[in-house]
Amino acid sequence: MAKRVGMEVAIAAAEAVGLCNIDVAAVYPITPQSHMAEHLSELVADGRIDAEFITVESEHSSISAVAGASATGARAYTATSSQGLMYMHEILPIVSAMRLPVAMGIANRAVSGPLNILNDHSDIMPQRDCGWIALFVENGQEAVDLTIQSFKIAEHPDIMLPCCVNIDGFQLTHMVEPIEFPDQKLVNKFLPPRKPYATLHPDKPVSMGTFAMSDIFPEAMKAKDEALKSSKKTILKIWDEWEKLFGRRYRPVETYRADDADILLMTMGSMGETAEIAVDELREKGVSVGLIKLRLWRPFPFEEFKAAVRKAKTLIVTDRAVSFGGPGGPVSTEVRSALYDENERPAIYSYIIGLGGRDVAVTDFVTIVEEAAQAGEKRTVKDYEFYGVRG
Amino acid sequence: MKKRKWPEAWHEMSPGCIVFAPANAREYHTGSWKAQRPEWDDSKCIKCGICYIFCPEGCITQGEDGFFRADLNYCKGCGICSHECWPGAIMMVEEG
Repeated sequence: MAKRVGMEVAIAAAEAVGLCNIDVAAVYPITPQSHMAEHLSELVADGRIDAEFITVESEHSSISAVAGASATGARAYTATSSQGLMYMHEILPIVSAMRLPVAMGIANRAVSGPLNILNDHSDIMPQRDCGWIALFVENGQEAVDLTIQSFKIAEHPDIMLPCCVNIDGFQLTHMVEPIEFPDQKLVNKFLPPRKPYATLHPDKPVSMGTFAMSDIFPEAMKAKDEALKSSKKTILKIWDEWEKLFGRRYRPVETYRADDADILLMTMGSMGETAEIAVDELREKGVSVGLIKLRLWRPFPFEEFKAAVRKAKTLIVTDRAVSFGGPGGPVSTEVRSALYDENERPAIYSYIIGLGGRDVAVTDFVTIVEEAAQAGEKRTVKDYEFYGVRG
Repeated sequence: MKKRKWPEAWHEMSPGCIVFAPANAREYHTGSWKAQRPEWDDSKCIKCGICYIFCPEGCITQGEDGFFRADLNYCKGCGICSHECWPGAIMMVEEG
């Protein structure tokens, strides 16, 4: 096994980008992503990697710059968070519609207001329908691994879509964790130079970002949807390749002690490790509980998700964002939708939790699961609940 | 076989809607949008070319006789040429 080093996760994510032979980075710093931006710019300034670091004046520009770079055939990276991601929003669907491979790190942070710099998922959720591949990581090692993978996923000729890696702000970005860095030679083998489908070059003119009215626009949208949906099978192959080279296995829906569980907890991102501890504690008390962790948010892994929850009686979904005035959090909404047509489906408890950096402790998961366990099948399932909110 | 202007089915679209044929915009006849078309009264025209300069489509050209005409395949009927023509040589007339 390679040597492990203790490193702040944001720095480690930038180091991972440094292993990927990027051509262009355009990153505008924003808390809690700033260390990613700063460290990546240092890697370029110190000559450790041969890349162009574009010092843009905003996130609208950073995403536009990497989209343009990607159109020329470059391997391009950006990273952002919260308001920065919201500012990118206008450009995000264009990058995917143009099938431009771009890798983006997101240090997830609550969206204002009130102004808050701490972690939840209210920045990525409004970008849900932009046509990007969206991955979630649980710890520093996964942040490194998935950052490297995100380039291969985005650039793969059977995918050609932008890919974002969601790394919980502070909870992950500012933690020092033991990390095993993949060997540069192996990364080169896993991630060979990009072979673009088309490039902007004066010798061979092409038009990108073309105009489409009602006579062709719906076909373009269907093509984009199919491209995103069909990317899953290639992502699975890429994860198999990763496992062979580096020994760590990634799945669209990760499970923990879930096979025989009556009650399933469901998390995304860094809460997964806390929930694992809660599952262990509850199992010791004899509660039949397990955990599923959604790694692949887009494309949504319906098949794997349904298989994972098939035997459960109760599914407790945690959401770290609110769809105001709607049916709860975006994750539970999609879970309900995914299971609606199933003959047998678990009762769903939907909790909105950990907003704006509010700590979610092991005891919180224990409380939630014990409530569900005591209620059994008697409890009328509420639409959704803000967990732990005073009043 | 009749050449098609663009793909019919969603799966025939090139990834990212990339167009590999340069200068293909000329195949898209925006002239079908217009409700009015410009007509020149050459007896009033002084061949100044102000219509040619102002046409936002660039579809007005000068003929060998020195008079100007719009390529109706591309003229959207905006009427700017008629508005700018100070001798009043261009009339906008209803299509149809």
